[in-house]
Amino acid sequence: MIVQAIFFYIFAAVLVGSAFAVVSARNPVHSVLFLILAFFNAAGLFVLMGAEFLAMLLVVVYVGAVAVLFLFVVMMLDVDFAELRRGGLDYLPIGTVIGGLLLVEMLMVVGGWVLDPTLIGKGASPVAAASTNVAAIGALLYTKYVFFFQAAGLVLLVAMIGAIVLTLRHKPFVKRQNVADQVARGPATSIEFVSVETGKGI
Amino acid sequence: MHGLLSEYLPIIVFIALAAVIGIVLLVAPFLVAYKSPDPEKLSAYECGFNAFDDARMKFDVRFYLVSILFIIFDLEVAFLFPWAVAFGTIGWFGFWSMMIFLGVLTVGFVYEWKKGALEWD
Repeated sequence: MIVQAIFFYIFAAVLVGSAFAVVSARNPVHSVLFLILAFFNAAGLFVLMGAEFLAMLLVVVYVGAVAVLFLFVVMMLDVDFAELRRGGLDYLPIGTVIGGLLLVEMLMVVGGWVLDPTLIGKGASPVAAASTNVAAIGALLYTKYVFFFQAAGLVLLVAMIGAIVLTLRHKPFVKRQNVADQVARGPATSIEFVSVETGKGI
Repeated sequence: MHGLLSEYLPIIVFIALAAVIGIVLLVAPFLVAYKSPDPEKLSAYECGFNAFDDARMKFDVRFYLVSILFIIFDLEVAFLFPWAVAFGTIGWFGFWSMMIFLGVLTVGFVYEWKKGALEWD
């Protein structure tokens, strides 16, 4: 138990530190790298809570894909490194004010939350304690929460079509490879015998 | 709970070993390697020339398109894992629920194929 507490404090401290570095780093590429570190530590916290599948998903999807996307977006910016030398924490006062307001609101909401004692143990869907994390998710997600599952599919579809509509610009007059045409091409259509008279061109 | 976490001990050991080896390989050259820096030795060059340009230029937006299409199918596969584990218990309803989900994303896949989003130019 003490080992668990030690690892919790390590993960939490590195998570908070790297989250601060994300907003304070002057180079946006460094910010993204600190964000990846924050994702890894959040995955460690998930593992400590026993949510193994979510932890692995965080590493695979967020570190493997979303962070790469952020890197591309940062690379697309025209980063002026001389401009970046000026202070990175110009927005610290207003950020502190807004963060403090959010903290107070959350404390008021959570502090004012009174739970009916009879509700404890009557969660939305009690899960058999013996089943593993991923089996528990699978047993509920595709049947009981089918509406949210299908809505997630539609959101992904909209994201895919939106990305294509917004960014796909084909250059005109680009010749593309058409495998079917190339394979269907035979000697009859590609070779022509021409008898050329002497002294004349074709 | 404790049994589950103790299964992660080898991973902690591997991460610690990797960190130690990485730090040692970074620090050791500072301590042992022979150094005599020189302005000409330290200047940047491209195949014998001076650097023409800054290396930090704008990326093509098509990298972004490839990346976002990758994320979408990555998430699709992530949804398949719990479905496969719980396949025996969720019955036909769960099966067709996943088939509809895959069908919706296949519509998007056909769209991007026909639009030529998978081609580079």
